[in-house]
Amino acid sequence: MKNNILVIGGGPAGMEASAALSRMGYNVILAEKEKSLGGHLAKWDRLFPDQIPAKQVLDSLLEGIKDVKCFTETDVNSINLLDRSYNAMLSNGITILADAVLLASGFDLFKAEKKEEYGYGIYEGVLTNADLEKAFKEGKTFSPAPMAIGFVHCVGSRDEKAGNPACSKVCCATAVKQAIETKELYPDANVYCFYMDLRMFGRHYEDLYLRAQKSGIRFIRGRVSEVSETADGRLLVKAEDTLSSKPLKVSLDRLVLMAGMRPSKAGRAVGHQLNLTTEEDGFFSSADNLLSIQRSKLPGFFYAGACTGPKTLPDTLHEARSAAMEIDRYIKENFRK
Amino acid sequence: MIDFGFSVNPSSRINLDAADGEKFHRLAALEPDALKCMACGSCSASCSAAAFEDTSLRRALLSLQNGLSDDAAKLLSHCMLCGKCTMVCPRGINTRHLILSILKIYSL
Repeated sequence: MKNNILVIGGGPAGMEASAALSRMGYNVILAEKEKSLGGHLAKWDRLFPDQIPAKQVLDSLLEGIKDVKCFTETDVNSINLLDRSYNAMLSNGITILADAVLLASGFDLFKAEKKEEYGYGIYEGVLTNADLEKAFKEGKTFSPAPMAIGFVHCVGSRDEKAGNPACSKVCCATAVKQAIETKELYPDANVYCFYMDLRMFGRHYEDLYLRAQKSGIRFIRGRVSEVSETADGRLLVKAEDTLSSKPLKVSLDRLVLMAGMRPSKAGRAVGHQLNLTTEEDGFFSSADNLLSIQRSKLPGFFYAGACTGPKTLPDTLHEARSAAMEIDRYIKENFRK
Repeated sequence: MIDFGFSVNPSSRINLDAADGEKFHRLAALEPDALKCMACGSCSASCSAAAFEDTSLRRALLSLQNGLSDDAAKLLSHCMLCGKCTMVCPRGINTRHLILSILKIYSL
């Protein structure tokens, strides 16, 4: 008998775990709320550190789930734990009895307009990392060509007042990648990165930083304090250059805000139904944060990816595979005796 | 002009719009390593002159990027070109050569 496994969320984590579980012979049902699979990955143009096209990664993930039953535009209306299986009612009217559930609900981008002082939604020249990536993907360029562009790290990250004291982990590398791509697109423009610390922890990330420096991108250590509009419609950005302990100002044509990761609203709604606990950062609490990150406090309910905190794409994919193994172990221990 | 007994201090805010990027460009063309500084402070920490006078290649480079070449001049004026900073720079910058190029381009 094939056990049913319900995977909630069709981003990279959900897709990779579904592929692995399906290869192990389970009957996987994948529910995704959006029209198409891929999550944030589907909206991205190129990925750090090697700048490979996001589509290439998405296509190979899709290839892996050819045999998986996928429901798109489908929410989990209700879910509850019966004797030892989960009963889930999906918004498409289908009810599933699953022996294990994997939550791969990922993250929502921090709403940059909450940081009002940065002027997102107020000044036309202010955009987010996702907006810029969309423009790259659609091949859209700014016209007239900008003379100066800034990137603000940690927007809605490391910010207690914005409700998120944690680091979002991917924004530094994304900012440096996007700054390089922007500089390539507008070689005559001055490109600035406003950072507090550069957290280039992964393999080749530091190389990316060095490459950005060599291409003439200026790194200013200091958080942008406010953005206003100049008389000629440009953006006046103020920060402290903390390396020289002096306040600084510069006029820019575009300012890109690196919006951080927040727990996904849809994921929290699922968690709420099962009384799953979250930690102070709003992300789900694992059984423990070292040995059993993939396990929740409920039997047969597992996590993968950014629903337990900000993750890079490779982290997420590793977790997905690891969750598949944990699920396999759980099913063998509990259903096949 | 009537002396009212008070004056206005000039702003100490760095204005990147007014910074002379042209000279720094010339410096970077001649010394591409000038762009590689990651502000670790090894050069200043090892500097023989810094123990006695306000001397720092790290801050001098920063001042140049911020358009404050007078500040850079002060920060390099006590350099004895001993080359200890070249030994310790983790980015492998030929700091001694870089200092000479800065002095040349900015006519310091």
